[in-house]
Amino acid sequence: MTVMEYRNVLAEFQGEEGELIPILQRIQEKFGYITEDAIKNISPFLKISENQIYGVASFYSQFRFTEPGRNSIKVCMGTACHMRGGQILGEAVERELDVKPGQTTKDKRFDFHRVACLGCCALAPVIQVNEDIRSRMNVIKLKEMLDKYE
Amino acid sequence: MNSFQQLQKEAGKEWDLLQKSTLPVIYVGTASCGRAAGAKDLLESIKKTLEENQLTAKIVEVGCIGLCYLEPLMDIRLPGRPRISYANVTPDKARRIIEGLIINGNPQAQMALGYFGDEDGDLTHGIPRFFELPMLKPQVRIVLKNCGFIDPEAIDHYMANGGYAGLMTAFGKGPEGVIAEVREAGLRGRGGAGFPTYKKWETCRNVPGNIKYMICNADEGDPGAFMNRSLIEGDPHSVLEGLLIAAYAIGATHGYIYIRAEYPLAIIRLKKAIAQMHRYGLLGKNIQNSDFDFDITIKEGAGAFVCGEETALIASIEGKRGMPKSRPPYPAISGLHNKPTIINNVETLGTLPNILRNGATWYRQYGTPGNYGTKTFSLVGKIRRSGLIEVPLGTPLRQIIFDIGGGSLKPFKAVQTGGPSGGCLSSEFLDTPVDYESLGAAGSIMGSGGLIVMDEDTCIVDVARYFLDFTQKESCGKCSPCRVGSGHMVEILERITKGQGQPEDLIKLQTLGETVKRGSLCGLGQTAPNPILTTLRYFRSEYLSHIKEKHCPAAVCKELIEYRVVPDKCTGCRRCVNVCPTGAITGPRAEPHNLDPTKCIKCRACYEICRFDAIAGDAIIIRSRRSIPDEQTI
Ligand SMILES: Cc1cc2nc3c(=O)[nH]c(=O)nc-3n(C[C@H](O)[C@H](O)[C@H](O)COP(=O)(O)O)c2cc1C
Ligand code: FES
Repeated sequence: MTVMEYRNVLAEFQGEEGELIPILQRIQEKFGYITEDAIKNISPFLKISENQIYGVASFYSQFRFTEPGRNSIKVCMGTACHMRGGQILGEAVERELDVKPGQTTKDKRFDFHRVACLGCCALAPVIQVNEDIRSRMNVIKLKEMLDKYE
Repeated sequence: MNSFQQLQKEAGKEWDLLQKSTLPVIYVGTASCGRAAGAKDLLESIKKTLEENQLTAKIVEVGCIGLCYLEPLMDIRLPGRPRISYANVTPDKARRIIEGLIINGNPQAQMALGYFGDEDGDLTHGIPRFFELPMLKPQVRIVLKNCGFIDPEAIDHYMANGGYAGLMTAFGKGPEGVIAEVREAGLRGRGGAGFPTYKKWETCRNVPGNIKYMICNADEGDPGAFMNRSLIEGDPHSVLEGLLIAAYAIGATHGYIYIRAEYPLAIIRLKKAIAQMHRYGLLGKNIQNSDFDFDITIKEGAGAFVCGEETALIASIEGKRGMPKSRPPYPAISGLHNKPTIINNVETLGTLPNILRNGATWYRQYGTPGNYGTKTFSLVGKIRRSGLIEVPLGTPLRQIIFDIGGGSLKPFKAVQTGGPSGGCLSSEFLDTPVDYESLGAAGSIMGSGGLIVMDEDTCIVDVARYFLDFTQKESCGKCSPCRVGSGHMVEILERITKGQGQPEDLIKLQTLGETVKRGSLCGLGQTAPNPILTTLRYFRSEYLSHIKEKHCPAAVCKELIEYRVVPDKCTGCRRCVNVCPTGAITGPRAEPHNLDPTKCIKCRACYEICRFDAIAGDAIIIRSRRSIPDEQTI
């Protein structure tokens, strides 16, 4: 990511403080995560300190500070999913992919996150891979599913 | 710009065209839950089947009708005939249904779920009426009435069904008239607290100033609840019309919808709907000649539960960390950018068009005095028929869980209302009418509408630990009782679930819970101990089992359970041997396998494969470790 690329993103905005979260969201959407360089570029644009930006960004669980994998896997830890084995699915992902929550696998095949609720609670437990939500999961289905992604 | 009457007329024509279509119409529920259950594959299969059979049909994508457990759903209406609904439609099943019904006129009643409209001889023979199904019969659908019936991306569908007529009535009444009507209807906020809607509007309206804001709270952070997502996905214009009515009443100049980023489909549908409103002159300057100017911005939340709290939500829109502030001043007086601001929940807003269109008296026929109208609930957990429902306030819990939801999977243990800030109620409370005061008196809260059902296989201590762990992680950290106190409580609960609890832990939990409740600034901390305090009261013996006997009656707590092979049942198919990641299960084919507990990591793989793929089905059991000595006989 070059300075130019950040500038192009920032050009979509007016430079008001209230835009910080939308800017971070846009950067993450475009580049996959929030880099130190990104924060350095936003700071003069919004006239707020890098520390302040980091404080806001780290407050919200949506923002990531590590490079994402080629695929993204989110395991729901919401109440409905918890009661139907969400925790066990999360552990299975950790074991199968040798990855901790918030991390990306060494081969960059997957990044793994635990999320609060995906809104498909009636079909719990659910897992989201990239854009697709998989319902009524179990460890066996999970293993089969992981194999389908490169 | 066309007049409203003209727009309505055109919309009506468009809708009639679909209703009187000379082609078969196929409806597919493609809301998030439908998609998660495979609606996209279903759509592909429908298109392919039509093509291969050289059939033409109209396909309409609709929102969720609430029977999430039966997704994906597909309905077919032959020209001039009733619409027939089918459940759990796999791509293969879709082919059989289409070929049967569209080609041969055979509805295959054994596969059908229900029909809409009038009885129709052989076509509906042996099929129940959809709205007579046990899950639907006790429901009153006001807010959800369009969900599953209209194309949520077609503003004409909404308008043809009375859409935006409530807004026009509001313009006719004037802002004070709208406030009076909503007061008369007795509407209370559906976001949790049940505060009278008219009251905060009135406060805001009376504050001088020419800049005011109206915010729709679509943060829906309660894990296990999806009422707001479903409404926005299934009928976005109803929420937007409500937002306009509220904005008009308080004299707002700009509106925001604060919606969680985890709801991408809802965001797309809102954006499309807003663009349509601009085209129809329902947003912008001088909306439908009312002299009212208004526009809406969508703000995506960034994943923090506390941002559902109104002052934190405002901070988040301002680009700051979502930290709650102490009130007063209330946002109605000084909110976003220090201007008067009203925040209403999605469902509160979705109710407004109905009240304005049909009047307060009509609305008051539903519910009970002080708790008028209906409420939507997401029915999840260990329940047979999970999904989204709408019932009049005052409906007893028993009717919701057993008549509508079909009861729990295993014998009923408890129901959690109000999400992580709510309480856990035991079977003695099943006759409690669901209204704000009765739930409060039982030690729980109404909350936004999540109902989580627990059965014998749910461990109460584990659930309590789960909720507190959630709120503790979501605590913004500003108040130390909330931050430190809940952290300490989580530690104690963790110890108990590991079988390391001490008898005095229960007293500690009680005292800490009460301190956190009293000493926190916002609703998050004030309510976080509720699940612990209610379970300590109603399920104390389950805590004691964990502490004294190191026994988890529900066989959930990992440290207290064990996996076992039941030799008499095991057929020796080796499926479990193959999936076990640690080699804990061994044994030759056709002989009962052996499970080495010292190698077992309790990953559940053997259990799942036995239940779903193996011949035996139930040869692997999970049970509390304590129960082993006295059950050696199996
Ligand atoms: C921790 C916390 C989380 C909340 N989350 C939500 C939420 O997700 N959605 C919501 O509408 N209200 C939520 N509320 C309630 C809001 O603060 C506010 O009362 C509500 O949006 C007002 O709308 P209503 O009057 O229409 O109910 C939450 C409150 C607290 C204390
Ligand atoms: S709890 Fe998992 S989707 Fe809602």
